[in-house]
Amino acid sequence: MKVALFVPCYVDQFYPKAAIATLELLEKLGVDVHYPKNQTCCGQPMANSGYEHLTTGCNNLFIDNFSGYDYIVCPSGSCTLHIKEHLHSPEKEEQAVDIRKRVYELTEFLVDVLKVTQLKANFPYKVGLHQSCHGLRGLRISQMSELVAPAFSKPAQLLDMVQGLELVPLTRQDDCCGFGGTFCVAEEAVSSKMGKDRVDDHIEHGAQYITSADLSCLMHMEGILRRQKSDVKVIHVAEILNHYSHE
Amino acid sequence: MSREKILTAVKKNQFTHAPLPDLEILNSLTATGDDLTPQYTSVASAGGSFVYEVKDWEAIKTILHKEFKPGVKIISGIPELDEYTYAGNVLQESSHSFADAELTILSSNLGVAENGALWLTESQMNIRVLPFISQHLAVVISKDALVPTMAQAYDQIGNADYGYGAFISGPSKTADIEQSLVIGAHGPRSLSVFILI
Amino acid sequence: MSNVTGKSHAELASIFNQDEPRVDWHDETLWWIRQKRDVQAHKLPEWELLRETASQIKNNVLSNLSTYLEQFEANAINNGIIVHWATDAEEHNQIIHRLLQERGINRMVKSKSMLTEECHLNEYLKEQGIDVIDSDLGERIVQLANEPPSHIVLPCIHKKKEEIGDIFHEHLGSAKGESDPKILTETARQHLREVFLTRRAALTGVNFAIAETGEFVICTNEGNADMGAHLAEIHIASMGIEKIIPERKHLGVFLRLLTRSATGQPITTYSSHFKRPQQGTDIHIVIVDNGRSIQLGREDFRNSLKCIRCGACMNTCPVYRKSGGHSYHTAVAGPIGSILAPNLDMKKYADLPFASTLCGSCSNVCPVKIDIHDQLYKWRQVIVKEGYSPTAKTMAMKAMAFTLSSPTLYRSGGKVGRLVFKYAPFAVNNSLNPWYKHREMPKAPEQSFGEWYNKRKEGKQ
Repeated sequence: MKVALFVPCYVDQFYPKAAIATLELLEKLGVDVHYPKNQTCCGQPMANSGYEHLTTGCNNLFIDNFSGYDYIVCPSGSCTLHIKEHLHSPEKEEQAVDIRKRVYELTEFLVDVLKVTQLKANFPYKVGLHQSCHGLRGLRISQMSELVAPAFSKPAQLLDMVQGLELVPLTRQDDCCGFGGTFCVAEEAVSSKMGKDRVDDHIEHGAQYITSADLSCLMHMEGILRRQKSDVKVIHVAEILNHYSHE
Repeated sequence: MSREKILTAVKKNQFTHAPLPDLEILNSLTATGDDLTPQYTSVASAGGSFVYEVKDWEAIKTILHKEFKPGVKIISGIPELDEYTYAGNVLQESSHSFADAELTILSSNLGVAENGALWLTESQMNIRVLPFISQHLAVVISKDALVPTMAQAYDQIGNADYGYGAFISGPSKTADIEQSLVIGAHGPRSLSVFILI
Repeated sequence: MSNVTGKSHAELASIFNQDEPRVDWHDETLWWIRQKRDVQAHKLPEWELLRETASQIKNNVLSNLSTYLEQFEANAINNGIIVHWATDAEEHNQIIHRLLQERGINRMVKSKSMLTEECHLNEYLKEQGIDVIDSDLGERIVQLANEPPSHIVLPCIHKKKEEIGDIFHEHLGSAKGESDPKILTETARQHLREVFLTRRAALTGVNFAIAETGEFVICTNEGNADMGAHLAEIHIASMGIEKIIPERKHLGVFLRLLTRSATGQPITTYSSHFKRPQQGTDIHIVIVDNGRSIQLGREDFRNSLKCIRCGACMNTCPVYRKSGGHSYHTAVAGPIGSILAPNLDMKKYADLPFASTLCGSCSNVCPVKIDIHDQLYKWRQVIVKEGYSPTAKTMAMKAMAFTLSSPTLYRSGGKVGRLVFKYAPFAVNNSLNPWYKHREMPKAPEQSFGEWYNKRKEGKQ
């Protein structure tokens, strides 16, 4: 199984630890991981702002980097969803279609493809799980609270395998954090209020860490937590699943 | 003419034919042979109705005597409850003349367990405004007239002809002020449902 | 009344957010309704099939709309109802004015109709010297406050009971300082009962119009539509062309969904079916297009016309909950309003499709399964292409796209400054950056993942 690691631009630049944890975790699970070095970005920042027509360059670059793999795995639900739904190329549409079928967010890859049932990991903390909207309602990595359908959560299923970890319940299990790409600056007031309220829900339930399969949400909530000088930290789900200490 | 203009624009822009779905599966899922009285009672009570299971007309009269003092204006659309003004006899009066009605009593042949709604047509209301303008409303229905959901209710209504008909599921209410539920908005301040068992 | 300020959603939302406890109160109130909706939905194991069925019925309606409209008209006429057609808001308003004028009527009572809000009927009739009183309690409150409704189902959800008490004290003579909802509602009851009994004309909206029978259905909890209509000599019902459903039995699908989605009740108190006029009275129906046939021709957006106006998308929308309905400066606020409004005036409402995080909750609660958040995304593309996006934003996006299309340019940023992100919102640490107002910047790490990976490959770590 030949797997390509897709590290979204802002993860590469600001949260390398999450990408490192993703790589190490996959390697621990025996996956042959490749990192195509010329990758940059999925094009979502432009597309969500209404400039999908400017993403041709990004799309072609993505296709060049990620063609020919069995799977493409990414530690971000949002970027995965963008590729799945919007990767197109007039010249290489066949390759684009193929990639769209092969791209997976990390937790869905672990559960659906690798069928992981146990992990050697420990993390003795109270953790709040933030459901990123794109992972949840786009990729359906967890059941959505709006639907009348059986409950499940791929990230929670994996976190349950981590020794010592206690998942805290939330009052609003899947409300949006308000990041929304350029929404976070264009609608600054609403965006930061949404972020504050989301963070408060985790804090009220005693979370020491907030985790998610999406770093953009975590980046947003981290910005708020640090402004509040809170002790609560954000951590990508890969970093928890890859965490093992002997103490 | 606007009619032609609109219809032409719509014709031009409507897309390929999408077939109507089959309602059979959905409707069969909700069909049940259970006794629907408990469900009806619980749902209607939650919606603010007072539900009484009664054996006969005498039982209804007893309750009405207890709840309504003699001397108030009470209109009855039911021949069996003959001590009150019979609606059929006042059909010629103006709708406005019922503004001081304290209670109206009507019958229904169709009640819905899932939502507490009672189907009344114009012929059962006698005068359309009666179940709305009256300060209180009472409806008598037979236990056998209850159906599980709206699906079965419309099955039963079928292509019946009526000038006007309404599902009424409780007293008039509003929650427009800070979502606080207040009973008695513009219509009846109470709905009493008598289920004849 | 709406958008007299010319301010964008973001600006109006920012003003709304100056009072944080009020935002919390607004958010909690609407979330409570969302929860009530969830409780009702979960009582029906067949809920998702119901939604799918309703969606398919509406697809069928939109694909046969002209036939159904003609069928409805023929049956309604046969039932003794008089049918009018209006291509736009102006014609709709003129028809109603004419109907009133013919009878020498200068006072009318009106139950809830978002279409008349869209057409600004009240303002128009006021200019013609006709007094209109809204009879839905919430609508009466905002009317007295000289404001538009902020929510299609809960018109005064933005108002606190103390403010309503003040309005009632000023206009309806309730005691000063009285804010008990029971007492305020009773005050309105007495006031509006006198209105119902004295108005010769009543206008209502239409929830569903049935092609098969020519009847139409109106749903209320208060009974105000019926009180108005049954006591008036002329009942005018305004409906958009998309209100049609094919057959009576389809009400058995829509009436199960509508109120559960809207307020979390199993059904409204009254679901009234008007088929023939009451003896000695007239029923007129005004069928209105006002841009709907254009929307029908927009492949990506036509299914917004499936909307049954339950408002569930507003209650669940975190942006709506935390910005208030008036921030949308259009008759229908929230997610559904944001995909309907650009069809009417793309320039004026260019901001609305951007007033969303595309979280997708709206599409999930929609009882007729409109892909609302996907349409918001698509409207963004249309608005940019039509040239309604600010130039500065276009320049920044072009620069960003250029950089991200080139691995060399992307990597040249390096660890200091991380130049590639100079266009990213969270990367500029200064007071002019809106991100920084309430949020810290992410800390730039020593090295990027790409740099770490190269070193590992070279065996350096």
